[in-house]
Amino acid sequence: MSKPIILSMKNVSVHFPVKGALPFSKKRVVSAVSDVSVDIFQGETFGIVGESGCGKSTLANAMIGLVRPTSGEVLFKGNKLYSLSPQEFKEIRRDMQMIFQDPFSSLNPRFNVYQIISEPMKIRGGASVDEMKKRVIELLELVGLSEKDLYRYPSDFSGGQRQRIGIARAIILNPDFLVCDEPVSALDVSVHAQILNLLMELQEKLKMTYVFISHNLAVVKSICDHMVVMYLGNVMESGSTKAIYQHPLHPYTNALLSAVLDVDLDNKKERILLQGDIPSPINPPRGCRFYQRCPYAMKGCVDKKPALIEIEPEHFVACHYINPFAQEEINAGLAKPLNL
Amino acid sequence: MKSFMNGLKEMLSGIWGFIRKLWRHPKGRIGLIIVILLVVCALFAPWIAPYDPYDVTQRAQKGLSPSFQHLLGTTITTGQDIFSMLIYGTRVSLTIGVVTGVSLAFLGALMGICAGYIGGFADTLIMRIVDVLLVIPTLPLTIVLTNLFGRSYLMIILIFTLFGWTGLARVIRSLVLVLKNANYVKAAELAGASRWHIMMKHILPGTSHLLIMSTALTSAGIMVAEAGLSFLGLGDPTAISWGKMLAEAQSGGALLFGHWWWIIAPGIGIFLAVFSFMRIGLVMEEVFNPKMKQSSNIYKLFKNLNNTYIEEVFSSMSEAQILGVGGEQS
Ligand SMILES: Nc1ncnc2c1ncn2[C@@H]1O[C@H](COP(=O)(O)OP(=O)(O)OP(=O)(O)O)[C@@H](O)[C@H]1O
Ligand SMILES: [Mg+2]
Repeated sequence: MSKPIILSMKNVSVHFPVKGALPFSKKRVVSAVSDVSVDIFQGETFGIVGESGCGKSTLANAMIGLVRPTSGEVLFKGNKLYSLSPQEFKEIRRDMQMIFQDPFSSLNPRFNVYQIISEPMKIRGGASVDEMKKRVIELLELVGLSEKDLYRYPSDFSGGQRQRIGIARAIILNPDFLVCDEPVSALDVSVHAQILNLLMELQEKLKMTYVFISHNLAVVKSICDHMVVMYLGNVMESGSTKAIYQHPLHPYTNALLSAVLDVDLDNKKERILLQGDIPSPINPPRGCRFYQRCPYAMKGCVDKKPALIEIEPEHFVACHYINPFAQEEINAGLAKPLNL
Repeated sequence: MKSFMNGLKEMLSGIWGFIRKLWRHPKGRIGLIIVILLVVCALFAPWIAPYDPYDVTQRAQKGLSPSFQHLLGTTITTGQDIFSMLIYGTRVSLTIGVVTGVSLAFLGALMGICAGYIGGFADTLIMRIVDVLLVIPTLPLTIVLTNLFGRSYLMIILIFTLFGWTGLARVIRSLVLVLKNANYVKAAELAGASRWHIMMKHILPGTSHLLIMSTALTSAGIMVAEAGLSFLGLGDPTAISWGKMLAEAQSGGALLFGHWWWIIAPGIGIFLAVFSFMRIGLVMEEVFNPKMKQSSNIYKLFKNLNNTYIEEVFSSMSEAQILGVGGEQS
């Protein structure tokens, strides 16, 4: 029934070493992403949501080979991305591109629009200057700019226009996999809709698969087919967007949704306010990473990591509250509420 | 070959751009005019200078005061024409200043980019070398080395270059650490760019304003240092330089006989050369700073004053701290 899988991640973890404050202090690591598995289907829009710092960008970077995972496997069109030879890796990665969050640092201020957009084509080689120019002009028109802008510099453009230039650069090599890392969150609210519409139009025209990272749950709801909810490097809930929005299960998802969408949720729930801040990813909790802020935390949540379990078709949740402990664990007192 | 020619063309047009910017800047224009004048003096010294400054046989002309024949008079000791010496002195000062400034910028850029972009072992090695070089006192070392290897200007250029690149390398390194994490570098990587491409197209041009600025400022510094060395008698004994003119004036009794022009002339030469190069360096800083401001976090913070964005900036700042960007490495 379902479409073919274009990219799949198997138990991917990404750790960054951090230097200690003192010369001889122990080496520590930030576990930005830990043990994440996802499947992304051809032609869909796949959403990644979560608070700032939970590892969304790192996860996306691992998908397209900008960050090497510490462990785990990434398969793109059936190829193990990180076992390819450098040459093959380069070739296959041309099918993956990215639109960056920050339209200010994503364009080299010393390049003009033509140089910026044509750069990927120039790097790949094999095209004459005339061909490149023609293609760049074609793309400029596609993203809503014009030939007049060809020799202007990034500083002459507004945030939204810069983002359009970034989009043109991303699609010049006809990628079929495009990561949009919060493509509008740095822009004025007034241009959000324009950029999102442009992205949707392009997806339709060019048959691309999108990975869409966002804080904005309303946007994710309206454009994503599948999604994951991340917290501190872990996937809390995943599945089809429809299932998750209709029937959010994880306490964290519930809190996120109630904070943002309480107007347009059908079954009105009371607003859940999370206590405290997102803990540091340097020493993440051993068990459920959310237990310190979870209103339903139980004794067992501290030490036992919940597995991601399919609750209904296309809907997975990692939570001991939703997937209860086994009988002997309950007998051992793990299900008793945790008083922090 | 073709790409090399293109690179050259780009570089030349870049330099032309700098000159145009300097010219438009009122302070820069003064510096530029003086530098052009000095360069003309240096290049055409034999045609401009009315006498041969090396001619020490004019016993009859010793110790003349300024006149139309001898604009700045002649030396008391040997009767050389001071104005001609001044013109010829431009050659030494400019050559040493510019050659050292350029080679120092080259070495500093090479080391800083290797340390910042390649990282790892190269970084550790280079930064340790920097640490060692920084604590070596240059002046005593210069005296020792020139005594050892002979007092030639080549030696002086070599010493200044080998011991002077450290500060620049550090600055370039931290700039490179920032540049290499820029998103446009990631975009190029995604398109399959080689490290060479990224270095030549994105990293090196990103440091060019710093390099040009530093060349101008270090050239000025080196010219003062050269004058100092020559004054101490450590310069090349066969060439005429402003520093050596000063030394001769002092030992030749210019003060004793009240021949102040003998002292003032080389002083003005040194002053003009240093002043014009400093001017150019400082104006460049002013010209380039607005651009730097545009890409700095603070600027973005004010430009996009919306909450998620501020959060973003702070998180990227703390990321930078984790990475140790811009800070000292432990
Ligand atoms: N290169 C790096 N070195 C060290 N730590 C890093 C690095 N990149 C990311 N991190 C850390 O990994 C964690 C996840 O970062 P990431 O950028 O993936 O978060 P995010 O979910 O994209 O956040 P945001 O919504 O703010 O973009 C953060 O704690 C961050 O500090
Ligand atoms: Mg991010």
